[in-house]
Amino acid sequence: MKMLAYFRSLAQKFFHRSRIDNEMEEELRSHIQHRADDLERSGVSRAEAVRRARIEFGGYERFKEECNEARGGHFLETLWQDVRFGLRVLYKSPGFTVIAVLTLAFGIGANAVVFSVLNAVVLRPLNVPQAQSLYMIERSNDDSLMQSYPDYIDMRDRNRSFKDLALYQITQAGLDTGGNATPAWLYETSGNYFDSLGIQPYLGRFFHHSDERGPNSAPYIVLSYPYWRARFHGDSGVVGRTVQLNKQPYTIVGVAPLSFRGTELYFTPDFWVPIVDQQQVDGASSLDSREASSLWVVGHLKAGVTPAQAIADLNSVAAYLAKTYPKYDEGTKFSLARPGLVGDMLGRPVRAFATGLMLLAGLILLAACANLGSMFAARAADRSKEIALRLALGSSRKHILRQLLTEAVLLSLIGGAVGLLGGVALLRWLVAWKPVPSFPITLPVSPDASVYGFALLMALASGVLFGMVPVRQVLRANPYQIVKAGSAGAQGRRFTARDLLLVIQIAICAVLVTSSLVAVRGLVRSLHSNFGFVPQNVLMVDTDLDMAGYSGDRVAEMQQRMLDALQAIPGVTAVGLVDRPPLALGWNSAAVFRDSTTDLKASNTAAEPMMYNISPGYFHAAGTILRAGRMFSLHDDAHAPRVAVVNQEFVRKVFGPGANPLGAYYKMSDGARIQVVGIVEDGKYKTLTEDPQPAMFFPIRQSPTSATWLLVRSHRDTQQVATAMDHTLRGLDAGLPFTIRTWNRVLDSALFASRMATVSLGVLGGLGAMLAVTGIFGMASYSVSKRLRELGIRIALGAQRKEVLRAALGRALRLLAVGSAAGLLLGVAAARLLSSIVYQATPRDPLVLAGVVLTMLLLGLVATWIPAARALGVDPLILLREE
Amino acid sequence: MAEQAQLLPGTLDLLILKAVSLGPLHGYGVLLRIGQISDSALLIEQGALYPALFRLVRQGLLKADWGTSENNRRAKFYELTTAGRKRLREETEGWNRLATAIASALAAQPEEI
Repeated sequence: MKMLAYFRSLAQKFFHRSRIDNEMEEELRSHIQHRADDLERSGVSRAEAVRRARIEFGGYERFKEECNEARGGHFLETLWQDVRFGLRVLYKSPGFTVIAVLTLAFGIGANAVVFSVLNAVVLRPLNVPQAQSLYMIERSNDDSLMQSYPDYIDMRDRNRSFKDLALYQITQAGLDTGGNATPAWLYETSGNYFDSLGIQPYLGRFFHHSDERGPNSAPYIVLSYPYWRARFHGDSGVVGRTVQLNKQPYTIVGVAPLSFRGTELYFTPDFWVPIVDQQQVDGASSLDSREASSLWVVGHLKAGVTPAQAIADLNSVAAYLAKTYPKYDEGTKFSLARPGLVGDMLGRPVRAFATGLMLLAGLILLAACANLGSMFAARAADRSKEIALRLALGSSRKHILRQLLTEAVLLSLIGGAVGLLGGVALLRWLVAWKPVPSFPITLPVSPDASVYGFALLMALASGVLFGMVPVRQVLRANPYQIVKAGSAGAQGRRFTARDLLLVIQIAICAVLVTSSLVAVRGLVRSLHSNFGFVPQNVLMVDTDLDMAGYSGDRVAEMQQRMLDALQAIPGVTAVGLVDRPPLALGWNSAAVFRDSTTDLKASNTAAEPMMYNISPGYFHAAGTILRAGRMFSLHDDAHAPRVAVVNQEFVRKVFGPGANPLGAYYKMSDGARIQVVGIVEDGKYKTLTEDPQPAMFFPIRQSPTSATWLLVRSHRDTQQVATAMDHTLRGLDAGLPFTIRTWNRVLDSALFASRMATVSLGVLGGLGAMLAVTGIFGMASYSVSKRLRELGIRIALGAQRKEVLRAALGRALRLLAVGSAAGLLLGVAAARLLSSIVYQATPRDPLVLAGVVLTMLLLGLVATWIPAARALGVDPLILLREE
Repeated sequence: MAEQAQLLPGTLDLLILKAVSLGPLHGYGVLLRIGQISDSALLIEQGALYPALFRLVRQGLLKADWGTSENNRRAKFYELTTAGRKRLREETEGWNRLATAIASALAAQPEEI
């Protein structure tokens, strides 16, 4: 209560300041009048009496000030005074203010953005009740989250540590709400999924454990809120409606709340279905097989159970599994992983990356603070006369420091606000961004209260940090010396700590500039490198005939009809089919053996090439060059001998360099002998930065697949061809879900990592350049302002412009050169690390080296422009008269 | 004019409390009263009175109210609060003890040791 009263009185004093001020004035005046009355009575005139009373009273302003202090509540008042004074000072030097605010805005903005990413993937738990006790179960013997359904049942029923265990996996299926089948991403979950997580439906109901009564027994769909809004326009009558899922009738039973976006952070499913329907949803069920592990298990620990106890408990279940099913579960050990990012598989690298990025951003802010610190010190030196005058007039050092600190914090708050605005805009864009076109990744990085709090904290901390730099300078200032001698006398020419700070800073900036140039150059090259196919002018159809209920021979027949129909579109030059294109998400590979090998065990493998099933027209449509032999024909079918086309790397690995394998055989792990009939060029298959990979291509009639990517090469406008393709395919089967994209768009996912690296490094490089400019600028203007008089004398004595410039800026430019050289060397070393992410990132590229040197030169030029102009513009007459 | 003594630090507050304890006073009145009760032996800078008054008000030892003075001018009158009365009593005792001790110490003669 007392505290409250105190604050209220403070607030009152603060807001009724002028009234109280007036009262105080009146009281002091009243004293003087009373005294004057007395003096008047002793015989002096009124005017003389008042004059004497004033003199006797003493320093009016000083006592008023002391009264103010004695009255209390003056902290806020002086703060307010300092703030107003600070704003006036900043307003008077707009150049400094703009540069400082921008520096801080970039520093704090970058930190806010990185922090919200960190907040989203590391700090913020999944949005479920009691998220702290939620864990996923991992197999620690092979660091895999994947469990089989029978193992899950055993875990669920035999553990004593979890309240309940739920299971889920992500998959794709075709949803048809009435003649408009489209592919959708969904979770298949155990029946107890929602109940065990403790989620309540937004509309209708969820499905439950009691709904599971054998395969395909629970044809229920729970929609996610965003999908309900987008696909069903938020229609609340949707509950109870029947839709077609892969051509099977399913009932929409409910809608999940907006806050619940599934148990993975990076992705919001379109809907949830019970996993007992797996046969209908995925085309085949693996729920009976203990071997088929692809399911993720998650659950809440019981109250009071520690993770260590839970692991011990799970491992007793593991021991039971190993004893009962040694063939599948020998050596199984369980551990716990944090949910949200595919357990620790994605979680660990992502968390490490986000943390590393945070450190880097922190370093940038620190460099920005160092930078502003030296600018502030330079300004304090510029203002040393003003400060000396204030000291001489009786202001305390405490006052002056407080004033300087207020200015610094004011700047950092403005900078922080600007930075946060920019950061929020960037985050909005990130949330809406779809980095990988074939998978609906969403980045849950919307800023929340903790992000704003963090930015405020950062701003205050950096303000205090760089505001402290000139403290020593002010404390040591000797007002008499300075007022007498003009600005501080000549200082030693030794290499100061500030110079070192600047060199380090420039070096960091040069590293950042080098790395971003290397990354950008790498990206440009990667876009022009040889993929082993030509993605330009190709449109792709992505579908799976499973989703439209095709099976057996009808699959191949439908695929041929689609190819024929697309080939007939005017302007189309080639069409082809592949089960999964290279450089898409995921890949298939299989072990192969030399024909002479008889014991087909793992250690005798000749290679593990990438595996593609293609139609005869694929190479033509993809633009892959045939080096030798022939392509497939329609006669390479189930009745013909098995054949393959392989790439050059395959030949080197399996048949040896320089061999001619045409007509030769190799073996698959099931013992099948396969004849090589053609050789194609090498390409990129998994990532752009991979080493050459062996690859083999099989005719689709010998290795049927329902996964279908159709390639359509044409020389006509893509939009028109896409429309025609859409029309043609819908005419063949209106219930077939598919998407049409250009191949370049599909490749976005392969380029994702290097693009992300390029963008982050580009941003960091920009920040680095910014810091370098402000740092050199601060240094140069400091040295010019310190030596203004000397420069004036030199000019008066007839110095040439060149000499003046050398005197004024030589030091700054020397520091710049030293820093840049160091940074360039470090950058070349650091860029080696980059080559693992960015395609062909080589720092020994003359273009990059020249670019760095040119950039740093330009930065130096920009940064020294204003101080140089100031040095040259010195008018010796005015200057000498002034001093 | 008699020779005036410099105030010891901290004694101004005590003098103000004493002066006000004899009846409500405005600032100038406090000054006059101190002069009167100390036979003008103490030198007080006039303006220095006010920070002390404000401090005592803030500490809750004095309360202040606007009124009209004998000169028919508006003035702020100070009065002791209960806490102020208590503080005056304590400080007076403390001062007396100190003064006695110092006086006896200073009066000591060589033969007494």
